[in-house]
Amino acid sequence: MALMTTLARMEAMRSGRALPTATVRHRHLADRPLALVPLTTAGEAGAPLGALVGTDRDAPRLLVVPQPRDRDLRFAFLAALAEEMLPHFAAGADEVEWEERKETDPETGKRVTVQVELCADAPQLLVPSGPGIDFVRLLGRSMRFRRAAEHEPEDLAGAREGPLPASGPGAAEPGGGPREADVPRAAPARVPLLGRWLTHYGERARVPGSSLLLALTDLLGQHWATGQSRLEDQHLGALLAWIDPPAGLAGPEAALRAETARDDRGQLLCPPAGPATDPAFDNRLLAPAMARYDAARTRGVPADVAAAEREVRELVASQLRPTWEALWRGVDLLRALPPGSRVADRWKRDRWSYTGHRDRVRAGEPPQPKWDDAVTAARKLAARETAQAQLDAQEALDDPLVMAARRLSGEAFAGEVTEVVMAYSQAKVPRPRPLVTVRTDDRPLLDEGVKVYRALPDGRTQRAEFVTYEAYETGEAGGAHGSDPAAGGDVAPLVVLRLTGGMGRGKEPEPGSVPEEGDRVCWTLFEHAPRGGPELPDPEQTPWTHGGPPLRAEPGAPLAEPAAPLAGAGTTLAGAGATASGDATASADTPGAILAARPAAVAADTARDADAGATALVGAPGAPPFDPAYQPDPVTDEDFL
Amino acid sequence: MPTETPPPQRTALRQRLAELRGPRVAPRPLDARALAALAANPGCRRRALLDGAGVDKTALARALGSPAPFGQSQFAHQRGHVFEARVTADGGEQLVALLRERLSDPGPPPPRDGVDAPELVADGPAGRTERTRLALARATAAGRWAVLRHPMVSVAVAGSPAYLEPDALVVHPDGSWTVVEIKSFPVLDGSADPTKVGAAARQAAVYVLALRELAEAVAADGGPARGVPAARDDAPAGADAGLSGPVDGTVGAAGLVRQRALLVCPKDFSNLPTAELIDVRKQLSVTSRQLARLTRIEEIAAELPGDATFDLRLADDGKTPTRPAAELTATVDAVPAAYVPDCLASCELAFHCRQAARAAGAVEVLGRGVRGELGGLTTVEAVLGAALGERTASDEAEPSSVPADPDQPADPDQEADPAVRALRRAAALRAQALAEAGMDPGPAGRATESGEVAWR
Repeated sequence: MALMTTLARMEAMRSGRALPTATVRHRHLADRPLALVPLTTAGEAGAPLGALVGTDRDAPRLLVVPQPRDRDLRFAFLAALAEEMLPHFAAGADEVEWEERKETDPETGKRVTVQVELCADAPQLLVPSGPGIDFVRLLGRSMRFRRAAEHEPEDLAGAREGPLPASGPGAAEPGGGPREADVPRAAPARVPLLGRWLTHYGERARVPGSSLLLALTDLLGQHWATGQSRLEDQHLGALLAWIDPPAGLAGPEAALRAETARDDRGQLLCPPAGPATDPAFDNRLLAPAMARYDAARTRGVPADVAAAEREVRELVASQLRPTWEALWRGVDLLRALPPGSRVADRWKRDRWSYTGHRDRVRAGEPPQPKWDDAVTAARKLAARETAQAQLDAQEALDDPLVMAARRLSGEAFAGEVTEVVMAYSQAKVPRPRPLVTVRTDDRPLLDEGVKVYRALPDGRTQRAEFVTYEAYETGEAGGAHGSDPAAGGDVAPLVVLRLTGGMGRGKEPEPGSVPEEGDRVCWTLFEHAPRGGPELPDPEQTPWTHGGPPLRAEPGAPLAEPAAPLAGAGTTLAGAGATASGDATASADTPGAILAARPAAVAADTARDADAGATALVGAPGAPPFDPAYQPDPVTDEDFL
Repeated sequence: MPTETPPPQRTALRQRLAELRGPRVAPRPLDARALAALAANPGCRRRALLDGAGVDKTALARALGSPAPFGQSQFAHQRGHVFEARVTADGGEQLVALLRERLSDPGPPPPRDGVDAPELVADGPAGRTERTRLALARATAAGRWAVLRHPMVSVAVAGSPAYLEPDALVVHPDGSWTVVEIKSFPVLDGSADPTKVGAAARQAAVYVLALRELAEAVAADGGPARGVPAARDDAPAGADAGLSGPVDGTVGAAGLVRQRALLVCPKDFSNLPTAELIDVRKQLSVTSRQLARLTRIEEIAAELPGDATFDLRLADDGKTPTRPAAELTATVDAVPAAYVPDCLASCELAFHCRQAARAAGAVEVLGRGVRGELGGLTTVEAVLGAALGERTASDEAEPSSVPADPDQPADPDQEADPAVRALRRAAALRAQALAEAGMDPGPAGRATESGEVAWR
């Protein structure tokens, strides 16, 4: 933990209330975000118990699986979830603006400027906590490979709202009677589609600074320092209690109450933010209610089944509602903060990511593979590293409090200009290279020739290089602390910098581009718009470690072209590879720059690499003819208890 | 009760621990999970003593008024049981098949009914441990695959024995052993939750550690143990190969126990098992070092007053404690604890210890790593005092003229401390930045409309 945050946390401990660690909001918050509060069944993978979902905080939709071990009920839940969430994901798809970007013309090989669509806004998804983001990924993984039915099965449509008729397929008694489990269940087409959207959002959430999918605990924890540890901040109720304690309570007491207070039935007053439930809830309330539901279904009296289902629904809702409220309270707190000035810039990249996925869905590409191929993985990692560096710089520039932490660590310094001496370079056409002296109390890690940067009022970046420490002014208590100002003491060094840019093209600097005596300036040792590392080699130069060069050449296969029906493995691979490369590009710095330059065939080839990796990992004996990375899970009788 | 007479020192300790636990209270066995948690925080004397004495910490925490935050959901419990039963239902053949899939040199497949599954039922942990020892010795010498379900092994923890029960143990035909850990979290597309895998690896390491001692005992007996005289002359050739030769490249000096444990989990969203060998060498060295470091229980117990006890004096219903909470709290607090937030995930007493640590203003309540950058400052008040240049109660002699100004060091000794200097700078920079943004550094949430960066 950074020293400054540690200090803020300790001050919060003393004051009994959370303190700000940011003066602006560093993430985009949509006007109408879609909130999802999921619950899952303990011990089961991908067996959702229920969810509250919606964009209207006063009217969320409650979805409950009365018996999560019944696969049909689970599938009905997913179908209903898709019905609720897909319109939101589709909402931003049609309103577009036009952006220009450079592409390589597939026929002439020249770089040309093309007009491309960029969605004007992207739907945002909010979950209460970090595990909620993992659960979104898990849901996406469990849904995107489902086989889509041509028609929507009647029973699924019926099962959504009301109780299942006892004669429905879900009525099979556990352990007894023949089941239809060997028959692969077909799902309504919207289920795999939602799976792809959730997967995309879950992947995007790994990109630093992205805002498509956010967890409230992460957001609040970034903007406030509580008087507890980061581990305890994962509890949404306790976190909110520190930031905005209820009247009459101090932060620590309110947080303790959120963590431990139980009612007379032994239930937590502030249930966990999910997706895990409180064991006491499972054991004392939920399990008996589910047993009653099972018994009612065995008896086969529809009224009993309905009553038993209502009971489970009420119980699950009782666990979801407090978290739903807490989530929106957190949103309110964050909305009170003004957005950082560079947040919109990062949100635009999220919009590119959204647009890219919209295009892939429209083009009929197959779902995201289970494993990234080596090239895609390399691209994703590089994109995330770049995004992290940019995020660090942008947050510091947006927020003096974040900058203060960078100044503390010697990565930036601020001070007053004490002298400006005009100077020129030695070139044939002399350029202005004014020497600026800054007095600072900071201790930057400067060395000769180190480049420093500052943001100009118009948003451009001015560069300079460190020349020397000119003289030292000693503080009152200091005195002889040695000659190295970085070593500390109360020495206020005078830093001499030579401006090397940001002054226009003329012989004389543009007015206002050179700081004047008495100006207060802040220089950073880090770049303001750091670029990523070198681009990956051309497809023909792909090293064997990453799948090697392509075997077949299909240069310039346009990405937007609708893929043929997935008849053969080749097509599947090509399409999927394109998905993968597009995915990485969408999150990269310059969206689309590499998009067209990468033929689908290469991606296809590297997708095979993923196959090899998969086999190595899972050790599937006897490679199947199809790439397992794109295969749905076999649905077997083993699928549930 | 053991039949042989333990050394007098041992008896004394055992008696002392029984007193601490309380008369008529059965000791709570230490399981691998508890051991792994104990090893994760080896400096905690409170936990070492309570676990060593077999005190029921859940009940203790409840009696102290800070009940443990965790329990197990019956859904997870059922699921775990059903999965384990399914994996081991065929007497271990499936486990052997899963293991052989993962071995680089699995050798020929076992014939039909080629996997032994010795019966390990016995009375009491000591009996079961002995039974396991005999069965292991026999199986090691047999040169066949064998699967021991729920064997019991013992390991000395801080001077007293703890009985552990691995899910299963596979004996290879070459005489080496593989620990099997069956978990019900899924392996999804070849990867699983790293924290859960880590916890499983730490548990497996505890088992490997315990089995090593057993392996040495078996080896010292010349292969099979007493009671199997026939094997003593015939077997050593095969058993010795397993003892000393490198097996699968990861066998250490102990020889018999492989250092890669088999983790069996459900595959994807199904109930079908998949397995992976996980290398536990790192966990093994960490755990063994930390277990060795565990302050010896005798020393901790010796520091307590002679009449100290954690007995809850349960009423006749076996649930309601009659011991006054204040008295109990005093006894518990007499044993020093080393609270860190990580305890919340693994220790029943965590809430109680956190309360005390917060009241004492220990900086560790913010995290284990916090101490590192604070130098010699161990309390929140000391840190804030240093950072904000405040007077602390201890140095009242020389009142400072400008107490809140960080540039006016009140105490030259403190000023020389780099940690103090860094803290002062941090406090000054933070206050400056907040003032600049027009924010009240006090209560949160009062953002101003101006988000402008004043620096240019």
